[in-house]
Amino acid sequence: MIPEDLVYSEDHEWIKTGGETSRVGITHHAQEALGSIVFVELPEVGARVAAGDPLGVLESVKAASDYYAPLSGTVVTVNEELSESPNLVNEDPYGRGWLVELKLDDTAQLDKLLTAEQYKQFISGDSK
Amino acid sequence: MEEKEKKTPLHNLHLAAGAKMIGFGGWVMPVQYRDILEEHRCVRERVGIFDVSHMGEITVTGPGAQELVQGLITNDISVMEDGRVLYSPMCNDDGGVVDDILVYRFSSDGYMLVVNASNTEKDLAWIKKHNQGNADIEDVSGITALLALQGPRAANVLEMAGFNPASLKYYRFVKGQVAGKKCLVSRTGYTGEDGFEFYISPKDVEHVWQSLLEAGGIHGILPVGLGARDTLRFEASFPLYGHELDENITPLEAGLDRFVKLHKYFFTGSEALKDQCGRGIFRRLVGLSMEERGIPRSGYPVFIDGRQEGWVTSGNYCPTLGGSFAMAYVPCGVKEGSGVEVSIRGKNCGARVVSLPLYKKKGAISNDTGRFSLQ
Repeated sequence: MIPEDLVYSEDHEWIKTGGETSRVGITHHAQEALGSIVFVELPEVGARVAAGDPLGVLESVKAASDYYAPLSGTVVTVNEELSESPNLVNEDPYGRGWLVELKLDDTAQLDKLLTAEQYKQFISGDSK
Repeated sequence: MEEKEKKTPLHNLHLAAGAKMIGFGGWVMPVQYRDILEEHRCVRERVGIFDVSHMGEITVTGPGAQELVQGLITNDISVMEDGRVLYSPMCNDDGGVVDDILVYRFSSDGYMLVVNASNTEKDLAWIKKHNQGNADIEDVSGITALLALQGPRAANVLEMAGFNPASLKYYRFVKGQVAGKKCLVSRTGYTGEDGFEFYISPKDVEHVWQSLLEAGGIHGILPVGLGARDTLRFEASFPLYGHELDENITPLEAGLDRFVKLHKYFFTGSEALKDQCGRGIFRRLVGLSMEERGIPRSGYPVFIDGRQEGWVTSGNYCPTLGGSFAMAYVPCGVKEGSGVEVSIRGKNCGARVVSLPLYKKKGAISNDTGRFSLQ
């Protein structure tokens, strides 16, 4: 469950590029680790974020966990559907469960992130 | 000195079933098998089975047993018959709660106290300290495994496993056989549903667990972890030691008045509780229903008219109620229906004071023997 056409952060976010904006979500591996998500705190549209900054919070039944901006940019859209249906993050993490869209400051920074293959190796070392 | 976390006799079965394990009260326990919400709904709608072998069991026997137990707990065991179970806080001299426990009466001089895992050693020392010398006190946790079968279909599953529960009423227990193995069966639980708990020899517990899972197959049984155990008890608004109760909170503040019998001649903490009863309490446990989106968590501050005046003891999304709720201590003057605010990561979110319990099964009534009973 690691799509080839995305790039990944070590904080388990995926980012999909193409066009003016880049869509960000969390990976299947991350949603599985968090368990049932019951609330998603989304950032304000227009917020400026630096790479590694918390974008918002995912609340599972067990705990609250931050999710992070994989790269620096500006929040241009948030997934409003999650306020009614936070479980989409579990059910469709790469599709309807996306979190935010960013306008990246510098798309060249995408090279710093992990490819699908690299992320796969990263989580195989991550899981016990 | 740090001790190694203990494992229940079913540890390897949990791992094989794909459970996620966490540390809890000095034990490694399954927190979930597949999904907490699914496990929660399964118990509300059908039936679930829990390994709760981490709970502590202490037997108190001998001629001084009744006097010792009666002198330590706030509830009254003098009215108990053999085969009854009683819930009670156990207090310190200041009326703070040392632990909340279940008392099983075998005879007038034989009791089993079921205590919270994390408090077992503390309780054991506390009970021994108060023993005048003529009661025998034994920690039998190591030779006692405990399973819970909970949910509206629990009785059907138990019958299929060879035990007829028809004559076993709420908060009563009996020695019997489940799946051919000797155990002590009580009609008790921590979920707000009908259900049973089985005290079993560790060597037999795997067989009983497997047999109940097989018997429950047609009823849609699932193994349930501590994650859903917590959301279930939270919805039913049962206190969890370390959250709603601790050594600085009295049972009167926690709304456990009906388990405090101040007319008893004397028990540890009785003077302090009588004083508090006379003066009146200053804070009390209430329910909060979140009116803004967000999940209140244990320890979050509660603001009233802009001032921090209370704190959340437990909070979560409630699957059966659909929405976020909390239990919280607030000043007594804060009435039901009042608006308050919970500070969630620095943001004040509106909430309304509601009555407890948050969830009550249809047909359940309050009584004095249990936390509530099923008619």
